[in-house]
Amino acid sequence: MAADPVLTFTERGIYCPAGGFHIDPWRPVDRALVTHGHADHARPGHGAYLATPAAGPVLRHRLGDIRLEAADYGAVQRIGDARVSFHPAGHVPGSAQIRVEVGGEVWVVSGDYKTVPDGLSEPFEPVRCHVFVSECTFGLPVFEWAPQAAVAAEINGWWAASVAEGRTPMLAAYALGKAQRLLTMLDPSIGPVLTHGAVEETTAVLRAQGLPLPETIRVTPELDPKAHPGALVLAPPSALGSKWARRFGAVSTGHASGWMRLRGVRRRRAADRGFVISDHADWPGLLSAIRATGAEKVFVTHGYTEIFSRSLNAEGWDAAIVPTEFGGETEDEGDAG
Amino acid sequence: MKDFAALVARIDQTTRTSAKTEALADYFARASDDDRLWTVALFSGRRPRRAITTTELREWVAERAGLPLWLVEESYPVVGDLAETIALILPPPSRGSDRSLAEWIALLRGLRDMPPEVRKAEVLAAWDALDASERFIFNKLLTGGWRIGVSQKLMTRTLARATGRTEAEMAHRLMGAWEPATTTWHALIEAEDAAADLSRPYPFCLAHQLDDGPESLGRPEDWRAEWKWDGIRGQLILREGQHFVWSRGEELMTDRFPELARARDFLPPGTVIDGELLAWRDGPLPFNALQKRIGRKTVPAKLLKEAPVALAAYDLLEDAGEDIRALPFDARRARLAQRLAELPPEAPLVLPPLVAFADWATLAATRATARDHAAEGLMLKRADSPYHVGRKRGDWWKWKLDPLVIDAVMIYAQAGHGRRANLFTDFTFAVWDGGALVPFTKAYSGLTDAEFRRITAWVRRNTQQRFGPVRQVTPHQVFEIAFEGLHESPRHKSGVALRFPRMSRWREDKPPEEAGTLDELKAMLAAYG
Repeated sequence: MAADPVLTFTERGIYCPAGGFHIDPWRPVDRALVTHGHADHARPGHGAYLATPAAGPVLRHRLGDIRLEAADYGAVQRIGDARVSFHPAGHVPGSAQIRVEVGGEVWVVSGDYKTVPDGLSEPFEPVRCHVFVSECTFGLPVFEWAPQAAVAAEINGWWAASVAEGRTPMLAAYALGKAQRLLTMLDPSIGPVLTHGAVEETTAVLRAQGLPLPETIRVTPELDPKAHPGALVLAPPSALGSKWARRFGAVSTGHASGWMRLRGVRRRRAADRGFVISDHADWPGLLSAIRATGAEKVFVTHGYTEIFSRSLNAEGWDAAIVPTEFGGETEDEGDAG
Repeated sequence: MKDFAALVARIDQTTRTSAKTEALADYFARASDDDRLWTVALFSGRRPRRAITTTELREWVAERAGLPLWLVEESYPVVGDLAETIALILPPPSRGSDRSLAEWIALLRGLRDMPPEVRKAEVLAAWDALDASERFIFNKLLTGGWRIGVSQKLMTRTLARATGRTEAEMAHRLMGAWEPATTTWHALIEAEDAAADLSRPYPFCLAHQLDDGPESLGRPEDWRAEWKWDGIRGQLILREGQHFVWSRGEELMTDRFPELARARDFLPPGTVIDGELLAWRDGPLPFNALQKRIGRKTVPAKLLKEAPVALAAYDLLEDAGEDIRALPFDARRARLAQRLAELPPEAPLVLPPLVAFADWATLAATRATARDHAAEGLMLKRADSPYHVGRKRGDWWKWKLDPLVIDAVMIYAQAGHGRRANLFTDFTFAVWDGGALVPFTKAYSGLTDAEFRRITAWVRRNTQQRFGPVRQVTPHQVFEIAFEGLHESPRHKSGVALRFPRMSRWREDKPPEEAGTLDELKAMLAAYG
């Protein structure tokens, strides 16, 4: 009888029979290895959690009093019969790919990743493996990102122009990762940055663990927007057009997401501006990452799995889709992008 | 082209009408006459004739980007727009170009007469000289189907302001058969007498939907009511011995409805009538009959017999060569009645009767019988109202019957296009036939964006099988499907086809077992089909 594969895809998520643990499971398990703190990867209710030290504070902030152990990047530990290590994924601060080795065979689960450094997250590190489980949120050739500096110039230009027009720019971005990345791109000489509570709380957690984040002002019920002329407001997408947003009067709205690459999605969001910036790899990024692993077999998940796997197969890889019912596809494109 | 691309970008980058108007005004103030003329043409739905097939474009972009063709094909539905897909896939340009919009269009117009290899070389060279936003526009010009966030109304208003004319006059100038290749900016927009083109229609007056009862409209005696028959809105123009038939979408339909040529025998030149084209034999035939005529450029004799078309004449816009749109409705209607009074039965025009009523309650009772009159409700028009330009609130109302409804189970889902790419928005619904679910309709609209996002997440988790882009889902979700009517259809498995089906309610309270049945549909078919 053939040995169990290093990792299997179960109804609770990715499972390692040799180590008796799950990776980013979406139903409660005894032992969860978690790639990063986004809600679709780090869920409540597991018996024990293992994540990088930099991912820990956000996990605690979101999930409360959990049993959490830290795994330093690159440090190999034995769990059951598996050798496990965490490696930078470049997605958000503290995010990891997880390498699992059993009997000499190496599998790597990418979690979410991007290959281009954002100046804040630990830069993506290619890990050699036999089998690579890769996300492919943006696995189509229409997705290609401009350099971060170019997007920063676009956003700052919009900020300055909105202020000149007497409007408050309100930028929507996912509260963990994207918001902090944007903070480092914003030009403080234009004005102060006001933050929605959801953004401020994650920012405070990351600031407390030593990340170099600029100053922000939390929007409280008492805050008088007029007391902060020239300000930009950073908020989660759900806050745009909400009652909360009304206090700022005339606004110019913007979304910062990889999906903004598509005109149709920009129009659906009905925002004034869409800025194409993502914490996921673009098409060239996915291909270069996969190439760098040296893997022969690739499992794809999250995104355009059918098209992306077909494309990999045509290029000579042995690619398959992580079965849908186990795929835990992301539910809101706005948060995933 | 850079100025035009910048204009499109500015329009795209805002949802505010004032900002769009300002962008247009800036552009019109600066652009050359040729560029202005083409801009007006493009924004009013005119475009150069297609010189390249979309198949060729897909092949060329695949070759240029070094991708297999299937990958281009698969990317297209995700993006939802071929011109945009191509713009996104192409590698960056190696140079720039200072050609103007009009110059690029001149090049495009020339492509048709070039040998295929030259055409290809020209397009590849163009792609290599345009940045991402210019390419998108260039590709739009190649593929047609121009839809940008500027309504014709907004453009008309901007042009009217810029030239000091009224909006109504500008709207009239922009109507009809003019082509940028054969006119000039001056002749179209500026000339004192826009040398009246014989075929030029008047802008249509459009009605708003009356959602509550008519009591809010005031005194019943100030209003007139007509049956709202479901056909194709059309304008019949008789001038100098010729006739023209226009659709509301400003499409010339003269040849599609040859019956109307006979109108010249019965009505004097200088007559323009607004009405509804209907399949007609002693009364309106079901829309199904007219459907056979739609899309046919020439009509075989057999079909002319089977589904003869007449114009139900509702309004008179021009009488004896005089524009009478400013007269009150009652006065226009009286003249119309006079013109049509002596028509023989073989004339392709009918004068629908006004629906008499003494008070709103009587009218409501009459409306309830609309389906018996093959109508979808009533039209209400204020007796003293002029014939407005466009959709002006207050004087014209459509008061439709409540739609028919049936609860149905979702069985297939497919992602949408364009604005709805990446969301599951196109669904197939089924009703019960004994223990089996029989598909009977598709529906795409009626849910909010938030509901589409929620059902999309559900579809992803509950996919049972995939057939290309279509997913078979667990038969669990029940939706109320609303529709305007139904007719027998041998092409459908269920034997019926619905008119204007849409999702009117997500019945999360209903288990799938309690959804509607094929027998219910058949009963509706017997009653209303």
